[in-house]
Amino acid sequence: MEYFAIIIGAIFVNNVVLAQFLGICPFLGVSSKVETSMGMGAAVTFVMALSSVVVWLIQEYVLAPLGIEFMQTIVFILVIAALVQMVEIVLKKVSPALYQALGIFLPLITTNCAVLGVALLMVQKEYGLLEGLIYSTSTALGFAVALVLFAGMRERLEFEEVPKVFDGVPIALITAALLAMAFMGFSGLV
Amino acid sequence: MSNSKLSLVLKGLIKENPTFVLVLGTCPTLGTTTSAINGLGMGVATMAVLIMSNAVIAMIKNLIPDKVRIPAFIVVIASFVTVIDMLMQAFVPSLYAALGVFIPLIVVNCIILGRAEAFASKNGVLDSALDGLGIGLGFTLSLTTIGCVREILGSGAVFGLSLGIADYMPLVFVLAPGGFLVYGFLMVLFNKYLKK
Repeated sequence: MEYFAIIIGAIFVNNVVLAQFLGICPFLGVSSKVETSMGMGAAVTFVMALSSVVVWLIQEYVLAPLGIEFMQTIVFILVIAALVQMVEIVLKKVSPALYQALGIFLPLITTNCAVLGVALLMVQKEYGLLEGLIYSTSTALGFAVALVLFAGMRERLEFEEVPKVFDGVPIALITAALLAMAFMGFSGLV
Repeated sequence: MSNSKLSLVLKGLIKENPTFVLVLGTCPTLGTTTSAINGLGMGVATMAVLIMSNAVIAMIKNLIPDKVRIPAFIVVIASFVTVIDMLMQAFVPSLYAALGVFIPLIVVNCIILGRAEAFASKNGVLDSALDGLGIGLGFTLSLTTIGCVREILGSGAVFGLSLGIADYMPLVFVLAPGGFLVYGFLMVLFNKYLKK
């Protein structure tokens, strides 16, 4: 039951993009087509799940015993950057097909603040390893859900005639506002 | 201050405004502008990191091998973010609590890495610091504006001073959808009246 609450909370109630404002850059940047947004969602889920485990281990067995928690930001961002790079190399060798599908999105993930944000929040909430893994995976799924929904809306928007000053980012932001409003319906669920 | 130095500072306000023209650093822009004071605090914190990291990166740019420059920049930026994080925790604890996870997340603010890569790695120390000041001022101004609008519309106050109209204001502007909405409409106004 406790895990279930974490999952629903992270995907819908506290959606990482629409309620917590993390990962807005890829949300606006890679959401013009449903297909690419699915690729991005999958890549983020993969990296976020992996990085949460590594970050948890580092926090528990390196930073906390040494009493250098203030190094969190520096260590975590380096770990995530290295991890993304490593995932890219390993995928290229092991599963070329998956690499083809995720390849172009991987380098973008280092600058996705949702990955670092979730790592920091997970430590802040003092989750255990399993809870942390569930939390980060469902957060990433929430990111993917928001991204794919938003891409669907933007695909339709392309055929509409938008006033010139609204064209591009402004109309995307206003669309996102409507989506965020819809997601507010989930609040109080958990 | 000579004319070129002044324009270096001023270009961040309108012409290369990071929020409304370049559309960078959108996460803190939306996440921290629930009130004018939070927006201002976030802007100033980012500006401080930006000026210092730009200056240091301009200083050490010749020592960094080209291949590892991005990780090196990130380490410099992350160090200053940690400094700001600790200073804010000590001196402005309430603001620190309000901004929460967005303080350490200044590390992944694309404005800072973007300026390091596009400007500081090619220019002198003073110019880079001034560039950081200009872009930082633009960011602070935008965040404060968005914060003011959201605070007035959402909770009927400016910088925490109540205007006595709180009961008539829709709270949604302080919540997530209002962030997107105000940002979008302010960008429209910016495009219409200020962008050349």
